[in-house]
Amino acid sequence: MTELAGPEGAASAEQIGLSHREATATPPGHAPSRGATAPRDATSWAPKVDRLAVGQRAGVRGTNVAGRRLTGPVQGFGKMWQKTYRMDIGSAIEPAAAIALWRSNFPDFWPKGNRFAGALTGINPGDVALLDLAVGGGVKLSTGVFVLYADNESFTLMTPQGHMFAGWITFSAERAGDDTVVQAQVLMRASDPIYEVGMTLGGHKKEDKFWVATLRALGDRLGVPGAPITADTSCVDKKRQWRHAGSVWHNSMVRSVLQTIAAPVNALVRVVRRGSSGTREETAGPVQDKE
Amino acid sequence: MSVPAISMDVRRVGDSIAIVDIKGDVTAACEPVLMSAYEAAGGASTSTLVLNFAGLEYMNSGGIGMLVTLLVRANRQRQELAAYGLSDHYREIFELTRLDEAITIYDSEESALVGAAK
Repeated sequence: MTELAGPEGAASAEQIGLSHREATATPPGHAPSRGATAPRDATSWAPKVDRLAVGQRAGVRGTNVAGRRLTGPVQGFGKMWQKTYRMDIGSAIEPAAAIALWRSNFPDFWPKGNRFAGALTGINPGDVALLDLAVGGGVKLSTGVFVLYADNESFTLMTPQGHMFAGWITFSAERAGDDTVVQAQVLMRASDPIYEVGMTLGGHKKEDKFWVATLRALGDRLGVPGAPITADTSCVDKKRQWRHAGSVWHNSMVRSVLQTIAAPVNALVRVVRRGSSGTREETAGPVQDKE
Repeated sequence: MSVPAISMDVRRVGDSIAIVDIKGDVTAACEPVLMSAYEAAGGASTSTLVLNFAGLEYMNSGGIGMLVTLLVRANRQRQELAAYGLSDHYREIFELTRLDEAITIYDSEESALVGAAK
């Protein structure tokens, strides 16, 4: 992969849909609407959105994101977990340098088989990224994430309805003694009862492997292969929020399976439509020539 | 870890309401300060904890995460969380993160106390 490219296949700006921020032309880090002095974090937070807007992007299916609302731990169904993955990268690299590299090359560090189609410019507040995640059995789970917050030493992604978990994940770096420690911290609940069962039956382990592999790839790029990684998991809330069980309607896993099954039929329909619209174009041709 | 630039003072209003005046930066690093304030404010008789954000100068995503943790602790004790004093900027962040669905936001201390008393 190249240094600045997104995921495989995300080759050009023309092929990549605009993020919410780009589409609405809102300057990054909108200024507050009231008050003479902007808070120090004004440029770090995404503008408020009610529903996600994102175009098609090359290399991913791109479904189950547009029109969805964001979901935090408050909106999730399952037990609330905080998972912290930390990697000590030594003293040579400053936290800001580690985060700058991580932000600008975020998709490169994902484990093989998973795709992250973000904006070409890296991770910026208000961006929407489309994801295809390998979930086994040849099925790709199509979902997305929203860049909630980003500054020099951290950035946070928030999930939309239908994602496996409702919550956010914060990537950060800080000095701990003489060394720099990079960290990925997830605060989440499984979005619905199906995901909750899935998380219990191996989902948590799979997620652990995912983020450890991500940190390992980041460590390799930072020139510290084999840097020690620790994982710490704690259950913040054992209660399940049954009032959010209806979120299963948005379940991107179920929808992705249906979309996979329906793909050949949809492709056939597109071919038929293209054929019939081609006929119309031929008919319309002479009219255009007249102009 | 840097030392958090924050202070949280607790005021009691009657038996059932406590107000926490937050001044400074709300980040993950100030969790011990917030939890101490919660311990001071969250006695068994407290039914509503009101967070006064009028002195809030900075908040990052770690700060929002910490508020979620506080919310879980309060709900476990069957306590309500409310907030006031949020600037438009921070009110939008509460809405963006959908924290406003669990923490009732008021315009002023007066309206927060009226709401908490209901």
